[in-house]
Amino acid sequence: MYVAVKGGEAAIANAHSLLADRRRGDRSVPALRLDQIVEQLALGVDRVMSEGSLYDRELAALAIVQARGDLIEAIFLVRAYRTTLPRFGYSKAIDTATMLVERRVSATYKDLPGGQLLGPTFDYTHRLLDPELAAGGDVAEPLQRETETQAMPRVSAILAREGLIEPDGEMPQDHVPGDITREPLEFPMARDIRLQALSRGDEGFLLALGYSTQRGYARNHPFVGEIRIGEVELELDVPELPFAVPLGTVRVTECQMVNQFKGSAKAPPQFTRGYGLVFGQSERKAMAMALCDRALRASELGEDVVAAAQDEEFVISHSDNVQATGFVEHLKLPHYVDFQAELDLVRRMHAEYDARENPVKADDKREAAE
Amino acid sequence: MDIAAQSIEGGFADPVFDAQTVFRAVMDAMARPGSLQSLPAFARPPVPFSATAGAVALALCDNDTPLWLDPALQASAAIKSWLGFHTGAPLANTPADAHFALIAAPAEMMALDGFSQGTQDYPDRSTTLILQVSDIASGAPLLLEGPGIETSATIAPAQMPRHFVEQWKQNIKRFPRGVDIILATSDGVACLPRTTRIKTMGA
Amino acid sequence: MTAQPTDIATYNFAYLDEQTKRMIRRAILKGIAIPGYQVPFASREMPMPYGWGTGGVQVTASIIGPDDVLKVIDQGADDTTNAVSIRAFFKKVANVAVTTYTASATIIQTRHRIPEHPLTAGQVLVYQVPIPEPLRFLEPRETETRKMHALEEYGLMHVKLYEDIARHGRIATTYAYPVKVEGRYVMDPSPTPKFDNPKMHRSPALQLFGAGREKRIYAVPPFTEVVSLDFEDHPFEVQTFDQPCALCAAENVYLDEVILDDHGGHMFVCSDTDHCEKRREEGHRGHLAPEMMEPAR
Repeated sequence: MYVAVKGGEAAIANAHSLLADRRRGDRSVPALRLDQIVEQLALGVDRVMSEGSLYDRELAALAIVQARGDLIEAIFLVRAYRTTLPRFGYSKAIDTATMLVERRVSATYKDLPGGQLLGPTFDYTHRLLDPELAAGGDVAEPLQRETETQAMPRVSAILAREGLIEPDGEMPQDHVPGDITREPLEFPMARDIRLQALSRGDEGFLLALGYSTQRGYARNHPFVGEIRIGEVELELDVPELPFAVPLGTVRVTECQMVNQFKGSAKAPPQFTRGYGLVFGQSERKAMAMALCDRALRASELGEDVVAAAQDEEFVISHSDNVQATGFVEHLKLPHYVDFQAELDLVRRMHAEYDARENPVKADDKREAAE
Repeated sequence: MDIAAQSIEGGFADPVFDAQTVFRAVMDAMARPGSLQSLPAFARPPVPFSATAGAVALALCDNDTPLWLDPALQASAAIKSWLGFHTGAPLANTPADAHFALIAAPAEMMALDGFSQGTQDYPDRSTTLILQVSDIASGAPLLLEGPGIETSATIAPAQMPRHFVEQWKQNIKRFPRGVDIILATSDGVACLPRTTRIKTMGA
Repeated sequence: MTAQPTDIATYNFAYLDEQTKRMIRRAILKGIAIPGYQVPFASREMPMPYGWGTGGVQVTASIIGPDDVLKVIDQGADDTTNAVSIRAFFKKVANVAVTTYTASATIIQTRHRIPEHPLTAGQVLVYQVPIPEPLRFLEPRETETRKMHALEEYGLMHVKLYEDIARHGRIATTYAYPVKVEGRYVMDPSPTPKFDNPKMHRSPALQLFGAGREKRIYAVPPFTEVVSLDFEDHPFEVQTFDQPCALCAAENVYLDEVILDDHGGHMFVCSDTDHCEKRREEGHRGHLAPEMMEPAR
């Protein structure tokens, strides 16, 4: 006997309680504390802050544990929280030239003012699983440099002094930076808007697109001019005060790609730029972003748009993993009304086909199906 | 009362629910052109800005919506400061930059085509005009037809702009571009979206 | 900053902050003034996933007040899990009265159906829309489709429908069937079955459409012309069912097929659960209604 399915409310409540149980797991294992996640899963926290567009380590940690370690789900939690926060104002643009640098590498110069600083990198670690780590062994304190901080000019500034790289950004003097969290996207978009979208874009998606440019789908001859990771000051202009108010520091990763450019009718042969900037420490994301940024500048630089990575609508419309996961996963919602409509159409067309191809057999078949 | 005090007083007593009530009245009025959606006096702006027009401004305007004020309102520092305090809306440099135009003396107002009409790609980027009128029964009768109206509707708004019917015909011709009008009477709102066709009675 | 345990007190009425509501409200007014035109709006992240009704939820949250009575349906049913979830959300954040009766509701949020019971003046039907652009599957680029709407250049859509006829002998679009609104904009009615298209035409209710992920709001005011696209030799027609609802015997309603066993047994029942229950309360019985089956046991 068919009975219309009822009790959705109870089913949902039960599912939530089972989810909470599975999230907690074996009760004899101590529950994770947020500070443990902040300290020991720091790069996961950074990714959630970066793609969640909210610089708050503890909230990101809470989101990660609430999401059972599913980072895209955690990013979603953070986004849905940040959207309810009041907007007090816009900080001044950060100046990464004055960054308190922990890591800085350049692939274009062997040595340069400020030097190369490896910092806390996985590069050159041998990827051997570490049984000592599993045993929870002590970790020695790292060495610390005692020297005065040496000025660390950006590689792009060094090239710019020689006039060999395009100027940084072409925004008119009175251009007010847009805000993708407050205004609907509009295509084609200005580069500031595009960079915002890329910065919160999905790491995996941008990585794959950046990779595709290296394999010939819109090759753009990149060199890592510089990657730097460290703390930068955040300041806010308050109309009533004659000076900018310091709000604190944020940790960011910046990647400046230097790309070959043969010149066009409008511009002399010179190097061009691709730019990546993300919250926290994520070189992979910053580099992928810089590759995509450069690829997306194709039209601006008079290059043919021939590959996915150069296609602004394609890249920006699909880079947001909160949107993407929602829409892909919505396919599991009931669609039976539409499916019924398709079922009816396919049945009719199928019957017509049978009648046409095999008039005698079609009758038998219909009988069998009844 | 000095300007500073005037500018702080007279806002919504209950911002969340008052704004919702005013918006719903405007939405219903926009969806049913010619219908009067009554509203109590939620706002007390400085004169000559009316309570209803003030409430509509509070419900819809904020720092994202540049405002244009007609000379009657422009002349009052108290009104500018009241709007600034309660909505945070900046004043538009020209009528064509305005998202909303607040008009206390519609009979003297500039031509409709001086405001932003939107573009063919983005017809929504047009100015919405909030016209302060005493009522919609004592002026010249207008016969309305179009979306939102089952057959036809009649209103007779007072103090309407000069050559309004002719100007409105031009507005219709620009569709999908064009301006929309919110009429703020002493006790409610009525709307004329750009889709409403107007005939004078007997024409 | 420390994350405090949150409860309803820390969220605004209807979840959205007032600035967001104003922005959405302005978009709704523009939508009503330009029927069928998709107004871009700065859609917010909502506490449910994109694609699960965030557009409809934002529209409802922006119009709803304490006196409203809300009905939420998904696939025509009040008891599907996503409908239950959205209804619970509004009960929680807006504390409004909810109902399953179409006639008692002031706001009806829907996914994929228009209720069978005729809507009345004063009601608002809020559609959840996944892809608001009717031309999207013919032209993926927003820059291009925007131009087509601006120039009223809808030839591509007619070509697509005509290709259907050439290949299949009929228009093979069964849901999200494109309509033309007030003779100007071609509009996606959301993935409702084309069965529901005629209900949009000159409906006394206000119809609002919210697409959260795609950041568009559009509207059809009451008593507005909504015409399904067709050809003179292939006029638009809606689905018909060979049998009435097995539970309430309703005819000329949209039916869901329910599989009864794994030997091909199935039955057809109203997709609109409220309509079906109401009819059964009134004494209508279909051939598989429990009461009809009783004597057979």
